Amino acid sequence: MSEPPEGAKGAGKADDKKKEEKKREEKKVRPVVLESGIEVKPVYGPQDLEDFDYGKDLGNPGEYPFTRGIHPLMYRSRPYTMRQYAGFGTPRETNQRFKYLISQGQNALNVAFSLHSQMGIDSDDPLAEGEVGRVGMAVDTLRDFEEAFDGIPIDRISTSLTINGSAAIMIAMYLAMAEKRGVKLEDVRGNAQNDILKEYIGRGTWIFPMEPSIRLITDTIEYCTRKAPKYYPVSVCGYHIRESGANPVQEIAYAYCIARAYIRSVMARGLHPDEFVGRFSFNFDIHGNLFEQVGKFRAARRLWARIMKNEFCCTNPDSMQMKMIAGGGGGGLTIEEPENNIVRGAYYGLISALSGTQTMALCSYDEAYTIPSKKAALISLRTMQMLVEEMGLADTVDPLAGSYYIEWLTNEFERRIMQEMTRVDAQGGMERLVADGTIQREVSRQAYLLEKKLQTGEMVKVGMNKYRQEESLEEQTVEFHEYNVAVAKEKIEGLKQLKAARDGPAVKAALDRLRNAAKGKDNLMPFILEAVKAYATVGEMTNVMKEVFGTFKEPVNL
Amino acid sequence: MPEKRIRVLIAKPGLDGHDVGAKVVAHALRDAGMEVVYTGLHQTVEQILATALQEDVDVIGLSILSGAHLPIAERLMAGLKAEKADDIMVVLGGNIPRRDHDRLRAMGVAGIFPTSSRFEKIADFIKEKVKVQ
Repeated sequence: MSEPPEGAKGAGKADDKKKEEKKREEKKVRPVVLESGIEVKPVYGPQDLEDFDYGKDLGNPGEYPFTRGIHPLMYRSRPYTMRQYAGFGTPRETNQRFKYLISQGQNALNVAFSLHSQMGIDSDDPLAEGEVGRVGMAVDTLRDFEEAFDGIPIDRISTSLTINGSAAIMIAMYLAMAEKRGVKLEDVRGNAQNDILKEYIGRGTWIFPMEPSIRLITDTIEYCTRKAPKYYPVSVCGYHIRESGANPVQEIAYAYCIARAYIRSVMARGLHPDEFVGRFSFNFDIHGNLFEQVGKFRAARRLWARIMKNEFCCTNPDSMQMKMIAGGGGGGLTIEEPENNIVRGAYYGLISALSGTQTMALCSYDEAYTIPSKKAALISLRTMQMLVEEMGLADTVDPLAGSYYIEWLTNEFERRIMQEMTRVDAQGGMERLVADGTIQREVSRQAYLLEKKLQTGEMVKVGMNKYRQEESLEEQTVEFHEYNVAVAKEKIEGLKQLKAARDGPAVKAALDRLRNAAKGKDNLMPFILEAVKAYATVGEMTNVMKEVFGTFKEPVNL
Repeated sequence: MPEKRIRVLIAKPGLDGHDVGAKVVAHALRDAGMEVVYTGLHQTVEQILATALQEDVDVIGLSILSGAHLPIAERLMAGLKAEKADDIMVVLGGNIPRRDHDRLRAMGVAGIFPTSSRFEKIADFIKEKVKVQ
């Protein structure tokens, strides 16, 4: 073997030296690991997307696998829906806030219910003391829905009900109100959260044990599929699972496992997924790293299409299109320097728009303290409007597509979400892992680790654990929502009058029929609707079902 | 003989379902060497009192994020007095605005730890106060 010429040899040595130096430089670079556990390199290029195939991985917007969005023109034909969460006090007060938001350009509503209403407890129940209208609108009977939506064009403005434990009752109330207003059942639009499995994991407004709770969700989906096909009866929430401590991969994976549980339960009623999955929607969370969230949503859209096609044999594109509300989450906001949350909200809105959401909502800057003031809610609405009308976010579909980093992240997310779903399946499936508290334990353990990272400063929150001002002035800048005892009294008095005026025997007969039906296997929606139309209260209907179903026993092993 | 460990009941009163803070603090106090019992959600003040007595705890930590902290704290403090168990220390965590702190302290709440309070601060406070008692 002959020696290479002197000059060439020298050049080789210099190359090696350079390479070594480069390696050392790279090692010196600050390591970046996303919340999802994904390690991020400083630079991405074509080598990171070697097997990239536009048709297979992305497809055009509006085409399988819908990575780029579920509609061909996305926001160019119709900007995302703006739907701030609102409601407090009596239905009359809530009605005024709704009208104000609509007058300011909001084109959809999202009802916040009082805690006791979420728990199936009436305003006049001692358990509701101190809670009537505190964090949302207090609802006892159909009359409250009539008042809340009085003068609101429900054919044009779609309404979302943030309700879970008592969702079947509230959906029935909304449908009954719409019918009274002359809207045909088959034309009623709107949606309800109606996702009980995530309530067991986080948020906590469960009432009944798991089995009858899933039965009620199945009843609402089956009923709406057959009678109110434009209504979206369930919005599966990764949002609250993430807010409870799950990382972004688990947020999507757990939500999809939950959605699969509901789908299988409805299939057992003899429906094919193509008949009802198109009316499923999802509710996801935005806070933390911008690119991580965009990758998450694009991967989630692609994976949903693949699951529906391959696992559930869907052929209807509607079933494969993952529709979502992607909202700025409270978990990202800080109690310190609350105005910084206005800026965070603007970035969360940007992420949501870059991710091809159908509906946007932002937690308002004062939500670490109170339910949003009129001013704070308006700033959130204006943020979403600015993105569309000033910043060009509605002009071009999926503008980050083709970015080496974003496409690599999207691939990485899809792989990890699938892995996590497989892990859940291997351990016995979502229902079992929620029933025995495994998921709750995993999520709260992560919440603890996350909080430790915030306390050590390993994860930075500007103004909270870095650049913190010890002399805090925050409370001067937030307008508190005061609990109004007079409003609660007025609500309770109104309920008393209504109970005296309604047809007592008709209420009793309807409740008896609901009780009997609960003991059997029939779909409960017609029975709930009958009771609702007789002005039975949320508490009366819930108690009748509690007699038959019992209540959920929370696994509290930490 | 090993030193008696401080026993803490972490409780979620009322209908508020935000339990992340309660669970996280329960983990932190356990890591700080205390014995921690967690009630789970939707507890009435009476249930919390009964559990505290039954578990013979030194401290009750209430976690409240719904804004209903004043009426709940008032009822719990009255209940402890009625049971002659007011040697049990009560601390409060959650969404507790500063303007309510004086009223809560006047009721007898020993410590208030709003959202984002540091774990050591909570643990040190409890260790210090329980030792003094």
